[in-house]
Amino acid sequence: MSYQLDYLDQLESEAIYIMREAAGQFERPALLFSGGKDSITLVHLALKAFRPGKFPFPLVHIDTGHNFQEALDFRDKLVAETGEQLIVRNVGDTIRKKGLKETTGKLASRNALQTFTLLDTIEEFEFDACIGGARRDEEKARAKERVFSVRDEFGGWEPKKQRPELWNIYNGKISKGENVRVFPISNWTELDVWNYIKREGIELPKIYFSHEREILEYEGQLIANSEFIRRDVGDVITRKKVRYRTVGDMTCTAAVESNAITLDEIIAEISATRISERGETRIDDRISEAAMEDRKVNGYF
Amino acid sequence: MDLLRFITAGSVDDGKSTFIGRLLYDSKNILTDQLEALMRQSRTTSYADIDLALLTDGLRAEREQGITIDVAYKYFSTPKRKFIIADAPGHIQYTRNMITGASNSDCIIILIDARNGVIEQTRRHSIIASLLKIPHVVVAVNKMDIVGYSQEVYENIIGDYKKLAAELGLPDVYYIPISALKGDNIIEQSADLSWFNGDPLLTHLENVEVHKANSNGPSRFSVQYVIRPQAEEHHDYRGYAGRISSGRYKKGDSVQILPSGFTSVIKAIEVNRKEVEEAFAGQSVVIHLEENIDISRGDAIVKTDEQPRIENNFDVLLCWMDNQQLTPGNKYILQHGSRRVKAIVKDIAYKLDVNTLEQQPSPASAGLNDVIRATIKTAEPLSFDSYQNLPANGTAILIDQTSNMTVGACLIQ
Repeated sequence: MSYQLDYLDQLESEAIYIMREAAGQFERPALLFSGGKDSITLVHLALKAFRPGKFPFPLVHIDTGHNFQEALDFRDKLVAETGEQLIVRNVGDTIRKKGLKETTGKLASRNALQTFTLLDTIEEFEFDACIGGARRDEEKARAKERVFSVRDEFGGWEPKKQRPELWNIYNGKISKGENVRVFPISNWTELDVWNYIKREGIELPKIYFSHEREILEYEGQLIANSEFIRRDVGDVITRKKVRYRTVGDMTCTAAVESNAITLDEIIAEISATRISERGETRIDDRISEAAMEDRKVNGYF
Repeated sequence: MDLLRFITAGSVDDGKSTFIGRLLYDSKNILTDQLEALMRQSRTTSYADIDLALLTDGLRAEREQGITIDVAYKYFSTPKRKFIIADAPGHIQYTRNMITGASNSDCIIILIDARNGVIEQTRRHSIIASLLKIPHVVVAVNKMDIVGYSQEVYENIIGDYKKLAAELGLPDVYYIPISALKGDNIIEQSADLSWFNGDPLLTHLENVEVHKANSNGPSRFSVQYVIRPQAEEHHDYRGYAGRISSGRYKKGDSVQILPSGFTSVIKAIEVNRKEVEEAFAGQSVVIHLEENIDISRGDAIVKTDEQPRIENNFDVLLCWMDNQQLTPGNKYILQHGSRRVKAIVKDIAYKLDVNTLEQQPSPASAGLNDVIRATIKTAEPLSFDSYQNLPANGTAILIDQTSNMTVGACLIQ
């Protein structure tokens, strides 16, 4: 018998360890679920960490109202299959209730407005920890964030005041009003997630695989034609074979042209690509050099 | 494929961030859009002039000041191995952030500026490496291009370092001359350094032995969470979930629960929801026992004949990480794995000068970044091993009861 773990086994064991720490340390944790591959991976890891028991947390979806229908259908199917609790809160409701101003423009995104709904939801249910699928390889502000990331009463991240995080000891002690964002797959890369999905046979929404779709080409990015984007005179909508590398809002995730219909083909394409996940598909990160840091300081995931 | 976690340490101008940028760039782990962003920020259109440091300094304040404040984690892989780099600050005021990065590393790369040789920071980083017992050390003498690739300069520096390594008892040190800026000896051997016969740095990193979770050590497992489904079909199910930190567990093993001292026998072990005959260090598992005993989060389950120490009074090497001073008599919460107990720091035996290794006896207090030897008393007995014997079960942190900050890192002696 070999007593060594392969690197994917090591990452998996670490993620389960972190989830169980969250379950053990907090009274009211929640798992933030978006319908994307990273949060689907988290649900798979939670099954491994807690079955045959129930999850010690509900799944929470902050719904911008701009989702891909396929992701919503997948979410509902997953919830039905696992029998776990799902809480949905709508950004549209927050906008109406608080009189927030919607962003305007061609690809008006509710990405930043999500933070308001998230913070309200945390307050409503008194969540003391939110488990999320962020990874350090995604972006350079994320690369600096701890696995247990303490947020103040306003959800804000203070990069200069981060607690030292040593060995495998996670300090989730907080005062009332504060909460902790917990990132079990911090140390996974995009490719690790895909390899794990393949190894474990994890099911994903169909839009991750090649399909035909109406596409608007805008500033070099392939945007799904939908009611959420502004269509102008002169826009050319074409049908293309595409897949999604990340799944967020229809207004802020772009597709990539692809014929890949299997996980092997997707992994081969991602291994060969010379463009990063966020660079290729996240429209919201292009705004400024410190876009992510600024959003995190303001409470963003 | 396996995984190597390493940390890079160096002082402000040793070119540490440039070095990491070079490693990622030359191993083709920087993607086109990231490169374009770097070129934009470096205000250059030439690949040769890119400021590779901008790649790792992810915070606005770091880019403004041109220094690394907190640890950044970077990921890359070669066909042989997957790597996690902890890019840690070198400044003394950020020593606690460096220790954060070092605590999970199998290897440390200490950069030395060829113009300056072994300096105070080199000593401090090496002392920290030796305190934390990082298994492998690489001493990379950087900026060789500026000193004309002189073998004499290099030999003098490593001669100095060898004395330090002997003094600290560093077990495995690899010496290499490099130029991060020019890419010499990073991925490929350099023609300008033809007098050097060793492997280029990346080749060395691909081959250095990774710290294997210690499955031959004594059995150590601490309960993180108790799984009790309370459903009809799993009526009697009671599983103790946690990760094995050392050794192996088998069905039928006689075990003892600590600190209570109750004994039982392992009825079943699950890994990934499947029952297994045996589980080992590194695995997250669920353990079932024959007897129904009161066991909760933080309790340890060990084989009866592989006992750890169980004490409520012990010595630690403590790195103080808070702006507020530590004074003997202060009370904290001590966290060891999943277990939290109240603790008092009783006496400080000495303060260790991390630049010179000198011991200053009985200081009145300890301040930020001080390393001291102290006696700790806990409200309940703690089961542990000394860091020397079993690092995986010999560490703890101190948490301030009012601010909840992590204020101290303990290596139990």
